[in-house]
Amino acid sequence: MARAFLHIAALIVAGLALASGARADELVPYKVIGDTIPQPLTGTPGDPARGRALVVARTTTCILCHSGPFPEARFQGDLAPDLTGTGNWWSAGQLRLRLVDASRYNPQTIMPSYYRDDGLVRVGRNFAGMPILSAAEIEDIVAFLVTLRN
Amino acid sequence: MIFWHAIAAATLLAAAPALLAGEIPPDARRSGYSFMGPDTRAMQDDDTSNPGMLFVLDGEALWAKKTGSSDKACADCHGDARSSMKGVAARYPAFDKVLARPVTLDQRINLCRANHQQAPALPYESGDLLALSAFVAHQSRGVAITAGDDPELKPFVAQGRDLFMQREGQLNLACTNCHDDNFDKRLAGAPITQGQPTGYPLYRLEWQTLGSIERRLRSCMTGVRAQAYDYGAPELVALELYLMSRARGLPMETPAVRP
Ligand code: HEC
Ligand code: HEC
Repeated sequence: MARAFLHIAALIVAGLALASGARADELVPYKVIGDTIPQPLTGTPGDPARGRALVVARTTTCILCHSGPFPEARFQGDLAPDLTGTGNWWSAGQLRLRLVDASRYNPQTIMPSYYRDDGLVRVGRNFAGMPILSAAEIEDIVAFLVTLRN
Repeated sequence: MIFWHAIAAATLLAAAPALLAGEIPPDARRSGYSFMGPDTRAMQDDDTSNPGMLFVLDGEALWAKKTGSSDKACADCHGDARSSMKGVAARYPAFDKVLARPVTLDQRINLCRANHQQAPALPYESGDLLALSAFVAHQSRGVAITAGDDPELKPFVAQGRDLFMQREGQLNLACTNCHDDNFDKRLAGAPITQGQPTGYPLYRLEWQTLGSIERRLRSCMTGVRAQAYDYGAPELVALELYLMSRARGLPMETPAVRP
């Protein structure tokens, strides 16, 4: 029991505190149309397999809050909707806006803006001036989320 | 399906202000203890299995030990801690008239060392400081928290409250987002509590040692990828003070055990 707790706690700390791979110097410009960003952020299409791996990785932070069809991920969150079926009702453009800056869609949301580097307070030294995810990582995750259909 | 989601989103928007106001009413305040499993509770409840009690015993020895160039022990001024220190921790952080600001129990211990014992300050999170503050706070076990009642503390409680409500870090989350609006939910499978400060210093299984509330607050800040305040920083003291005033009426548990 105590051991299980310890394990969970360690995972949270690792999950929340580790830097992601994002090292973009400048954000790729994008255009919001309605509730979407219709154009991909990169020239190369996203890779759904890489996207799945990113969503399941604790360092990306998604499953700290969300759950989904990820049987191998033992500890998932319930602060946010289950991601099962996401591709049924959201388009790639809508998902891209969600990930880039969910607060554009719901100003009160607790979901972080994954592709934003301004307007934030007291960002840790190791993370200052960079988005949580790179443009390529956003595209990989979008490519994966649209496959979540049932 | 798309419609359903649009409706859900609209409801979310409409409901948001009420949620944001979401301070926990006094009768709904719950210690982190009530979120724990039976094994961890049992560990805290039984002094012979509570690892924090070893620090309390160390603290008891330090209380009676003469130190510094004045060669005085805490006990030489304060006598038997069982009576003189009862209820003290439940009132900390407390306003210090000379410094004109609130000081934490750790800071008070170091002020006594400097002013009355002529001894060097004990570093934050050092074994001796944790042991002394655990011993002192243990004398308040079961005493209801009243910290923050002093009118001179008002602006500092307000500062702490503002910090609690402030979104911060790369993940852009405020303390209130987790500890007012989402307690009882799970972050990656682990229960989120109300973040009540009732048990400090406490033994965390994750740390495998005793730690202060400042250590805990710094790890929540690091968790949202914010730059944590330094130990003893006025902002951390204000946050601790706000947390204590928010916990008004809850009994002290030092030394608590947490997962
Ligand atoms: C700190 C919590 C948190 C994190 C971390 C988080 N989200 Fe969210 N997410 C939410 C919440 C809450 C909602 C519900 C709607 C809202 O608040 O705007 C949401 C909504 C969504 C939705 C729409 C779901 C629906 O059915 O309405 C998708 C898709 C999504 N998130 C994907 C992700 C992905 C992918 C990641 C990681 C890259 C992520 N989220 C990280 C909190 C979070
Ligand atoms: C992303 C969610 C999140 C945010 C934001 C957050 N915390 Fe926490 N906090 C946790 C988790 C998870 C724990 C460990 C389980 C628990 O005690 O809630 C914790 C623990 C605590 C505890 C220990 C409670 C106990 O019983 O010992 C305190 C106090 C606390 N947080 C205060 C704060 C403060 C103050 C802030 C803002 C500076 C903050 N937290 C921000 C998630 C968060």
